[in-house]
Amino acid sequence: MNTEVKIAGVTFKNPVMTASGTFGSGMEYSDFVDLNKLGAVVTKGVANVPWEGNPTPRVAEVYGGMLNAIGLQNPGIDVFMERDIPFLQKYDTNVIVNVCGKTVSDYLEVVERLCDAPISMLEINVSCPNVKEGAIAFGQKADSLYDITSQIKKKAKQPVIMKLSPNVTDITEMAKAAEAAGADALSMINTITGMKIDIHRRKFVLANKTGGMSGPAVKPVAVRMVYQTAQAVKIPIIGMGGIGSGEDAVEFLLAGASAVAVGAMNFVNPYATVEVVEGIEAYMRQYKIENVTDLIGAVE
Amino acid sequence: MAQKKKVTAKIVSQKQIAEQIFDLWLETKLAKEAYPGQFVAVYPHGESMLLPRPISICEADKRENRLRLVYRVAGKGTAEFSTCKAGDQLDILGVLGNGFPVEKAKGKRVFLMGGGIGIPPMLELAKDMDDKKQVLLGYRNKDLFLEEDLAKYGDVYVATEDGSVGTRGNVMDIIKAYSLHADMIMACGPMPMLRAIKKYAAENGIEAYISLEERMACGVGACLGCVCKTTEEDAHSHVHNARICTEGPVFEAGEVDI
Repeated sequence: MNTEVKIAGVTFKNPVMTASGTFGSGMEYSDFVDLNKLGAVVTKGVANVPWEGNPTPRVAEVYGGMLNAIGLQNPGIDVFMERDIPFLQKYDTNVIVNVCGKTVSDYLEVVERLCDAPISMLEINVSCPNVKEGAIAFGQKADSLYDITSQIKKKAKQPVIMKLSPNVTDITEMAKAAEAAGADALSMINTITGMKIDIHRRKFVLANKTGGMSGPAVKPVAVRMVYQTAQAVKIPIIGMGGIGSGEDAVEFLLAGASAVAVGAMNFVNPYATVEVVEGIEAYMRQYKIENVTDLIGAVE
Repeated sequence: MAQKKKVTAKIVSQKQIAEQIFDLWLETKLAKEAYPGQFVAVYPHGESMLLPRPISICEADKRENRLRLVYRVAGKGTAEFSTCKAGDQLDILGVLGNGFPVEKAKGKRVFLMGGGIGIPPMLELAKDMDDKKQVLLGYRNKDLFLEEDLAKYGDVYVATEDGSVGTRGNVMDIIKAYSLHADMIMACGPMPMLRAIKKYAAENGIEAYISLEERMACGVGACLGCVCKTTEEDAHSHVHNARICTEGPVFEAGEVDI
C-alpha cells in the first residue's frame, strides 16, 4: 500500500497535513502526535514583523463548528526563523510556511527571507477574514490575486500554494487567476465569515464581531468547492474544512484534492492528524486500493 | 512538566451543591500530575458541541487517582455535564496550564481569595500549603459552597453581595472589616475582583498571584484564542500577549494588564 503523494515536485509520505493556524509550529501538539507521521506541518501565518492580533474574546463555539478571530497574532519572521524552523527541522516531515501580510511588499519580504530556509513550500494566506488590511483583500478579486501571485512567484525559491477564501461568488474564478499567475498549488478552503450574538447580553460574542467559521459544519461547502475547482484548474489542490477522520479525508480526495489538512478538529481531538492517516490506510485496505493517488478525483 | 493527554475518565459521583453549582469526582490517572491552580478541559458528548470546556481542579486525590471538579452550569456544555451520573464517562484533556507557586508561600502569611466559581481551585491550594492561611470567600448570597471544606485548612471569612451571610460586599470588604494582613495573595474570581486585588497588592507592596480565564479553543497553546495583555513582551509571539492556557492561568498580578 502506497500513501505517497507528490505536489509541485515535493514528495509527501502521506496526504495529511495540518491546517495553518490550528497547530502553531507543531510544538504544542508534539505532546500528542509524532510529527514524523505527518505528510507536512503547515505553520501558523507569519508576517515580516510581529502582529498582536485582535482583542478577546477571539473564539466561540457554534453548532458543529467554531468561529475564530485571532487576527493572525504571530512573532514575525525573525523569531520564526530562529525558533520555529529549527524545531521543525528535527522531524522527518515537510515544512510548509504560511505567509501573511498587510501589503504586497510585506508578503515579498517574508518570501525573500525564506528563500534559503530548509522548508518545502510556501502557503500564501490571501484569505484571512479577520484582519482589516491585506490578507483577504488580495483573495477576493481575481485581478489582485493574479497580481500578488505573480509577484510572489518571481521571488519565491520554493513552490507556492495560494490559500483561497470561500467568501467569494465563484471560487473557480480565483483558482483560475492563481493558476494563470503561476501558482503551483491551491489550498482551500479558508474559514467562512460568520457571526454569533449573545441574546442575553445583546452583544457580539467575538470582540471582532465577525469571525471565520470552521469545523465539521463547513465540510459540505468545502467538498463542493474542491470539486468545482478541481474541474476548473490543473494544479493540485490541498483540501480542508472540518476534516477529523479518514472518511472525511477520503471524501476530499475523491472530490479532487491531492492532499488534505486537519484544522479545527485538532482542538476536538489532539490526535486527529494521525488518526486521519490511519483512517485513510484502513479505507485503502478495505477497498484494496494500492495507491492513494488512485482516489484523487475518483468520484463518479 | 508532565505530558498532556486526552483520556476517558469514569465519573465516581456527582451532586449539586448550590444553585447551578455541581460537584463532580472523576477517576483518572491525571490526578497524579495535578497541581493547585491547573485545569482540565472537559469534552461534551454531543457532536454539535466540539470544544472542550476548561474547568479548574478543585481537589486531586493522588492516591485514589481522583479529580474533583466543582463547576457552574454556564451553557449547553456544562448543562450536559450536570446530567452525568456515577459510572458515566467523560473525555478530558489535561493537566493544563501553570498553577499557583505554592513553594513561594512558605513561611508567609497568605490570603487565599476566591470569588464565586473562582473558589474551587482554592481548596487544593489550601490543602497543599502547610503554613497558616486566611481564606477569604465571596458569594452572591447565602447559597454558599465549599466553605466547610476550606475551613479544615484555614481561617475562613465569608462575604456576600446581599449581606445575608458574613460581611456585606466582596472579598475586599472582608480585609477592611477584620483589618486582616498578609504578605502574599493567591486569588481566583471575576475580573472586577482580580482588578481590585491587583490594585490593593500594588498599593501595599504585597506579592499577588491571580488566576485568569478567557474563551479557549485548543487549551494547549496552539490556537492563540485565550490571550491576555502583559506588561512585558511575551515569550511566544513577542507582542505582550500571554496565552492564559499555557503561560497562565495563574500570573503574578504585576505581569498582566487587566
